[in-house]
Amino acid sequence: MERVYFDHNATTPVASEVLEAMVPAFGQTYGNASSIHHFGQVAKQRLEAARRQIAASIHAHPAEVVFTSGGTEADNMAVLGIGRAVSGPRHLITTAIEHPAVLAVCRQLEREGAEVTRLPVGSTGVLDPESVRSALRSETVLVSVMHANNELGTVQPIAEIARITREAGVVFHVDGVQALGKIPVNVSALGADLYSTSAHKLYGPKGVGALYVRKGTRIAALTFGGHHERDRRPGTENVPAIVGFGVAAELAAGNLATDGERIAGLRDRLETVVLDRIAETGINGARTARTPNTTNIYFDGIDGEALVIALDLRGFAVSTGSACSSGAVTPSHVLTAIGLSAERARASIRFSLGTSTTGQQVDALVEALEASVVHLRRISVHA
Amino acid sequence: MPDTPIAVAMSGGVDSSTVAALLARQGRPVVGLTMQLWNQRRLPELSVEGATGRCCSLDDVYDARRVAEQIGIPYYVVNFERQFEEQVVKPFVAEYLAGRTPVPCTLCNNYIKFDRFLEMADAVGADHIATGHYARIRYCAESGRYQLLRAVDGSKDQTYFLFGLTQPQLARTLFPLGEMTKPEVRELARAMDLSVAGKGDSQEICFVPNGDYAAFMSAYLRDTGVEPERTRGPIVTSSGRTLGEHQGVHHFTVGQRRGLGVAVGEPLYVISTDAQSQRVVVGGNDELLVARLVAKGVNWISLVGAPAPIRAQVKIRNKHAAAWATLQAASDPLRVEVLFDEPQRAVTPGQGAVFYDGDLVLGGGWIE
Repeated sequence: MERVYFDHNATTPVASEVLEAMVPAFGQTYGNASSIHHFGQVAKQRLEAARRQIAASIHAHPAEVVFTSGGTEADNMAVLGIGRAVSGPRHLITTAIEHPAVLAVCRQLEREGAEVTRLPVGSTGVLDPESVRSALRSETVLVSVMHANNELGTVQPIAEIARITREAGVVFHVDGVQALGKIPVNVSALGADLYSTSAHKLYGPKGVGALYVRKGTRIAALTFGGHHERDRRPGTENVPAIVGFGVAAELAAGNLATDGERIAGLRDRLETVVLDRIAETGINGARTARTPNTTNIYFDGIDGEALVIALDLRGFAVSTGSACSSGAVTPSHVLTAIGLSAERARASIRFSLGTSTTGQQVDALVEALEASVVHLRRISVHA
Repeated sequence: MPDTPIAVAMSGGVDSSTVAALLARQGRPVVGLTMQLWNQRRLPELSVEGATGRCCSLDDVYDARRVAEQIGIPYYVVNFERQFEEQVVKPFVAEYLAGRTPVPCTLCNNYIKFDRFLEMADAVGADHIATGHYARIRYCAESGRYQLLRAVDGSKDQTYFLFGLTQPQLARTLFPLGEMTKPEVRELARAMDLSVAGKGDSQEICFVPNGDYAAFMSAYLRDTGVEPERTRGPIVTSSGRTLGEHQGVHHFTVGQRRGLGVAVGEPLYVISTDAQSQRVVVGGNDELLVARLVAKGVNWISLVGAPAPIRAQVKIRNKHAAAWATLQAASDPLRVEVLFDEPQRAVTPGQGAVFYDGDLVLGGGWIE
């Protein structure tokens, strides 16, 4: 059976150029980047070259890039790093549709005595920047808003929010894990103080990410050890993965415009044909202001989990939402936050396209979807 | 049988793993599904290290996935936690609070394993399901009905928990282990080199750690914010003498001897409980003997019904040796009066009464 992948928001395959760049870093330039000798120096050169590539892809200064083990660690470093930097009363503002890597760490800060406001978003899945202004308090220390939502693809008005946080003198963290590689990212233009990224969402390897920390932003350390990453993240750098991340970021920046347009065309085609051919379906969230590769569609009267399995048995990989919450008993917090009933949220599927997606694959997916949905509705596996 | 896939309910144990491997070895297309029924981390106060009889642990899912990988079948975990809580856990708690002793495994079979699971089988295009239950199914051409029979391994027979199965459910179900003994199953698992061949048997009620159902109920009620209205009451003799106090009828089951907290000369047993008055009646062993019961919610399997009195052996709990009785139909077709030839010890409301004709399961109902 030929298998087709429509779950690029969960992860992506490593690009061949990325893999090619990584391989020598395992067996040839394998030094510890902190070592004085030649081996260490070469590793350090590779490390810093990658840092420059990533900095360039987000229009930052290389010294502002801290490598992490991935998006979750970057988000944790940002939220805890600010939330724990002050003692006494502190307040954080985030949204109801953030990734668990932000929401769960906010819950942890609540346990540590902080107060957290989770701003609602409307049915579009896009935050009203003014709601940030009204939520600000004198003790607000951080505003954390994702750039692009992982389940809906909706893009948040980051620059507008940044104007408000800057005016108020509050640190602004942006979870950009689902944005980098899909839409242009310019941290200066966006006005973010902290910006999280992850390599494996843009055809890089898993286990590596970065946090952009605007010069002058003070964050408390979370882990303790050596003096790596300017004392912000101890531990021997994962040079092969970081090298891969650098190449992936550079590739993505170069291909962004052409890939984005092509993929958006395929995504729109998928939506049009699904809405046309399958009854009682609809798109969740705004259709404008989205990442080009993502759509989230409800199929009323079906159980999304059953549909994912049925499609997998036909060779199509899709998901009910965030891979991090697969198998959860509660329906997606993102879909319920934009006003879906629990039943409709359970009847929703995320399709995320990628660079290898073709029109033929989209057409084949629609065929399989139509057959599966008709079958599931006939046997009435209820959501 | 057509060559459509069989959905195998894989718990991660030896029995269901062997079923999946057997069917796959026969060349049948098999889809393995593990039902996630209960979140063990939900009631953290119960998570005793080394607790036995836990269902749906990450270890079990790991084991099932490993077997599926070994035998090369597609495998998925399906989440039925919502349905399990509604249709098994809540009735389980409500029954205890009402002074009865429930059988959650039967409810799980009726509403989850042979209902919701069949729907999921439909979803993956499977006409049939297979489970690791020890029981047999046979089609009787004469009556045109599917019959349920005791397993060949009498010590492992699970028909007591399967009396609620309907004809459409039986028609689509395979019990490949019904003809085998447990040692044979283990031997087969070992011969097929299954990673779980040496794994211990599951115990008691899967979602209640260490079989401590009272602790489970307290934790669950606290978690759901429900306080039972009144849980204290008197412990009395059948003649009305008060011997002490108790903390709630749900701590007691008919025939129970230990944990009464009262001491008189002769051994005392729980004779009955009454949730209304929160009274627990205790007495001597002879007071436990009852010759008659009424079963409600009766499901007939091998018969269309029982219009005339019929003779049958009746089991009133899983470990009970079936006793001869006459079944008398009531005006309500869902009720049956059971008149035992000899009085039976500890007829317990809430338990199942299952009617047998030798190995054949005629049907069964719930003791009133």
